[in-house]
Amino acid sequence: MIPSSFEYHRPGDVAGAVALLSQLGEDARVIAGGHSLIPMMKLRMAALEHLVDLQDIDEMKGISVEAGRVRIGAMTTQHELLTSDVLAGAAPIVREASLQIADPQVRYMGTIGGNVANGDPGNDMPGLMQCLDATFTLQGPDGTRDVQARSFYEAAYMTDRADEEILTTISFDATDGGYAYEKQKRKIGDYATAAAAVLLTRDGGNCASASIAMTNLSDTPVWSEAAGAALVGTALDKAAVDAAVAAMLVDIDPTEDNRGPVAFKNHVAGVILDRAIARAWDRA
Amino acid sequence: MSKMHLKLTVNGEAVETLAEPRELLIHVLRERLNLTGPHIGCETSHCGACTVDLDGKSVKSCTVFAAQAQGAEITTIEGLGNPDGLHVLQEMFKEHHGLQCGFCTPGMITRAWRLLQENPNPTEEEVRFGMAGNLCRCTGYQNIVKSILAAATEMNAAKEAAE
Repeated sequence: MIPSSFEYHRPGDVAGAVALLSQLGEDARVIAGGHSLIPMMKLRMAALEHLVDLQDIDEMKGISVEAGRVRIGAMTTQHELLTSDVLAGAAPIVREASLQIADPQVRYMGTIGGNVANGDPGNDMPGLMQCLDATFTLQGPDGTRDVQARSFYEAAYMTDRADEEILTTISFDATDGGYAYEKQKRKIGDYATAAAAVLLTRDGGNCASASIAMTNLSDTPVWSEAAGAALVGTALDKAAVDAAVAAMLVDIDPTEDNRGPVAFKNHVAGVILDRAIARAWDRA
Repeated sequence: MSKMHLKLTVNGEAVETLAEPRELLIHVLRERLNLTGPHIGCETSHCGACTVDLDGKSVKSCTVFAAQAQGAEITTIEGLGNPDGLHVLQEMFKEHHGLQCGFCTPGMITRAWRLLQENPNPTEEEVRFGMAGNLCRCTGYQNIVKSILAAATEMNAAKEAAE
């Protein structure tokens, strides 16, 4: 369990980190909390010549809410996400999801940036960020650009981020209404068999808006526009919820693995979404 | 590959050592600094036997490069107590049979120590949630939870007595 040799770099700002990536090319990778990358390096499924540690880059840390917009530095840890009062007020779904990620030790190290940028379909934050319609800010040699979470993911571990770019900031609008992050997992520390992120708003007795995203049920997170649309304008009666689940099942594409066969995953996805909608509606 | 000159504060003492960047913190602690309290259990971030305290965070030292800990303050089980002066948590694990084989115990206690720093009055549920990163294959966890709750009570009583 010893990785191959590499050189270690610890730049003090984003510009320095981007310069290192540009100069070292594809032999270099950034490390945030390292709890996805280090296990892969130990298994020698990831080999690299240069490791660029982002831990000293203060401009990539912290949580702020201004004019209804939440901004989270990519190096903010999951532990910080779930202990932030300002975030719990502005977008409580982030805390609910963070509590269901891995275990305490991993949450002290794991970062939101690493979680969203790695492109692992098992990670919880990508689906959550699609539900929130978040924006990812990337910084590269040519400056910064913004990409929507809903168009960032291309395939497992493949994203719109270029090799010499660093994902520095995540931003999204503060939420109102009901929310729920529901996750079925075999045990603490496991990835989801199925997980659902749901945001709903209410207008009188009817659902005014709905956003639904699913995790680990395809090679990318799945924001199901049709599932959300099936709820809007309804009183969330059984027929509407069943229609949302049916629409979601069309959009996901699970594969068989040690968490179960495809039929089981579709079943669990339906149960989890049903529960998430019910809890979000209760809170709306 | 050239070695790095690491400067750490371990259990309150400034230490220096040379290590390759690829060396994991658990290996540097055990093999270069002779601190064999933190154990290597699964070596895959699951079991928590290698848990140490790093700048106020419980971390699995099998999943941290020593290079990442450059300049950090680290506490291992050796820094919490010793046979001549057990930490309250160690006393309570002994008192309440919070261990059987003992292999997971250093990680359990080091993690529980940080948990009680953050939450001095945890409920049983909070202890179970806060200890979810540490596996024990002997006890069934009942007595581990009991030990930690007892330690919290003892530590709070000692704190009150001191005030």
